[in-house]
Amino acid sequence: MASTSEAVATRTTNILLAGVGGQGVILASNLLSQVALEAGYDVKQSEVHGMAQRGGSVVSHFRFGQKVYSPLFTAGTADILLSFEPLEALRYAHWLRPEGKLIYNIVQVNPSTVASGLATYPADIQERIAAAFPRALSLNASAIAEQAGTVRAANLVLLGAVSLELPFSQEQWETVLRRELPPKILEVNLRAFALGKAAAEA
Amino acid sequence: MPSVMSGNEAIARGAWEAGIAVATGYPGTPSSEILENFATYPDIYAEWSVNEKVAVEAALGATEVGARALSTMKVVGLNVAADPVFNASYIGPRAGYVIVVADDPGRYSSQTEQDNRRMGPYAKIPVLEPSSSQECKDFVIFGIEFSERFHTPVLLRTTTRTSHSKGLVELGERRESPEPRSLIHEPRYSLLPGLTRTRHQEVEERMERIREYVNEAPVNRIEMGDPEVGIVATGAAYQYVREAFPQASVLKIGIPYPLPKRLVEEFRRKVRRLYVVEELDPFMEEQIRIMGVPIDGGAELLPRFNELDPALVAQRLSAAGVPGANPDLLNRPLAPVEGLPQRPPTFCPGCGHRGVFTVLSKMKLFVAGDIGCYTLGAMPPFNALHSDICMGAGVSSIHGVEKGLGEAAFDKKNRRVAVIGDSTFFHSGMTALLNIIWNRGSSVVIILDNSTTAMTGGQVTPALGRTLMGEEAPAVDIGAVCRAFGVPKVETVDAYNLAALELSLKAAFEAQEPTVIIAQAPCVLEYKVQGEPWVVEADKCIGCKRCLRVGCTALGLVTAAEAGRKKDLVTIDPALCIGCGVCAQMCRFDAIGPHVPAAKEA
Repeated sequence: MASTSEAVATRTTNILLAGVGGQGVILASNLLSQVALEAGYDVKQSEVHGMAQRGGSVVSHFRFGQKVYSPLFTAGTADILLSFEPLEALRYAHWLRPEGKLIYNIVQVNPSTVASGLATYPADIQERIAAAFPRALSLNASAIAEQAGTVRAANLVLLGAVSLELPFSQEQWETVLRRELPPKILEVNLRAFALGKAAAEA
Repeated sequence: MPSVMSGNEAIARGAWEAGIAVATGYPGTPSSEILENFATYPDIYAEWSVNEKVAVEAALGATEVGARALSTMKVVGLNVAADPVFNASYIGPRAGYVIVVADDPGRYSSQTEQDNRRMGPYAKIPVLEPSSSQECKDFVIFGIEFSERFHTPVLLRTTTRTSHSKGLVELGERRESPEPRSLIHEPRYSLLPGLTRTRHQEVEERMERIREYVNEAPVNRIEMGDPEVGIVATGAAYQYVREAFPQASVLKIGIPYPLPKRLVEEFRRKVRRLYVVEELDPFMEEQIRIMGVPIDGGAELLPRFNELDPALVAQRLSAAGVPGANPDLLNRPLAPVEGLPQRPPTFCPGCGHRGVFTVLSKMKLFVAGDIGCYTLGAMPPFNALHSDICMGAGVSSIHGVEKGLGEAAFDKKNRRVAVIGDSTFFHSGMTALLNIIWNRGSSVVIILDNSTTAMTGGQVTPALGRTLMGEEAPAVDIGAVCRAFGVPKVETVDAYNLAALELSLKAAFEAQEPTVIIAQAPCVLEYKVQGEPWVVEADKCIGCKRCLRVGCTALGLVTAAEAGRKKDLVTIDPALCIGCGVCAQMCRFDAIGPHVPAAKEA
């Protein structure tokens, strides 16, 4: 855990967020940008819109540091890969640095190619990920989110888990979450964040 | 404290700070959020116009009375707007006018990756290109000043990576135009050749003055580092150069047309080797060569298609002997994992387009379409969209197909149909439909009416009775428009009713006369349509998988072995299914239906 946040002092930190359209990948990236700004960093974030909601593969590049130039980074330079879905974790695994950290949600979402019988979802996906990335952290973000109050808070569970890798304080996170989330869903999302963090610490 | 903003949000903010009073445009990725954001600012007027040509003409009208204006469009939207854009250069607007075009290197959502910086020399207007969200904001303000200083429209060109990337932006205050609004005769707005003989000459003289001015413009600047290597860069590519060659000297260009000749020459003198790094066309390189300034490397080092990135810039230039590349970008990453199922975008569960494309696929029709969520009908398992040229082109081209086929036009094997969305119909489908009627065509057109402009994020259309700014407006009746054009058969069908769709199509082909079928179903995403999920009755499902042909991600398949029975079993994910019933219509065994409440079963 420590090695990732140490990198911040010397160079820009790159986090690739990956998932399925509609899961809140870009929202999570937006929140990360706000927290990094709160903590005094320069930030850049980049994603491709439009196709996102149509159940397609979605990635967001999130970068923070003293001074960040490019809004996007490239394969092999991600310090952290935060994936909302296992197939997407495997699809973007090659973006990680050799020492990079993978955190992912184990709940599978079928692509249209699988739903129409044209392809098969890999049956051993978690084993394949574990073999390639022994340090990977897997969690059932949807189940944890249910505990917090709603499966739709899975993205906040994942943010809680990744927060341990980042140099942002709990206070900075809470300031941003209280400011950015609608009051109606604030408490359940704060709980989801806390549960995600606890799951990652365990 | 600065704000985190996307380039588009920053352009909207810049438009407000620059005193822009009227903004127009048409939705198009990656530009759509500009107008949506601008519309939320106070004391301005913003509208989605029917198409980009109308948008630019309306904006020019605003400048005619002294109002500062802005128009927004995506890369290919500039093609639609080209007529008034070219002429705006000859007009020389009375008030500041910035036209924002968002290009799309890599074609994330566009038919072409044309490099719209080329519009500058073609239309003889200056082109600005920002590299960050802060510059997106600042360049709108600078663009209005530039526009008013020289009485020229200004093209502000972004790409996906500047429009849709987020970064920190310092905000400022609004500066209103000092000019009062007045409707007076502005002779420059008339381009009647007899009265405006010298207009072209005036445009050329204006370009000369601009060519001189850009040498002093603060948005072009030399950033000296190691004098061994000098790189000329603009836009997103500037940021990649900064990552790839952190020590190099850089000539940062904010005005890629016309390039500042004296500044380029000065930079050439200050560095030992000069390179040009740009995406798509060697646009700046060509200008630099025409200036007679020698270049050590440019377009031949980088691909002329798709977008660039920091690693590509580092690796290609390094391979060509350019020193100082960031070693972190020279590492070869792991190879991607092979053989994973693709996850392309597809119709949302419950989308009204799904049933239509299932029928078109089943009937093996040739389908001419265009741009929208329905373009996804080209993908498996439907494979039911065979041509997609540009907005409105499905309707125009299917007419051309008929005329081209001649006597074979009514052969059963040539049965064909055009599809078009409701918003696209207003954009450029109406003229195409009128062309069919007037020029004695017999085409069948399906208007896919989901009551929104869906793919770009759910913008309003003229049929909804509401404007961008949320005001009530007359709601235009699509069927009435078609009847007014003289279409003999116009019918409305429930998009979820596969049998009805098939019957209507068969009748249309038999009749051999122009037919419009309006397939109606509100967009489930935009209108948050939600019903009780349907279920599969395991003892009725024989695993024939006919239902999977509708390609819905709410459907899944459990193999016989996994299900512990003789046949495969289809499943429905209750978290995704909204109960549209389309898959059930494919089932010959009555195995899919609404969930039966437990009380009834007991």
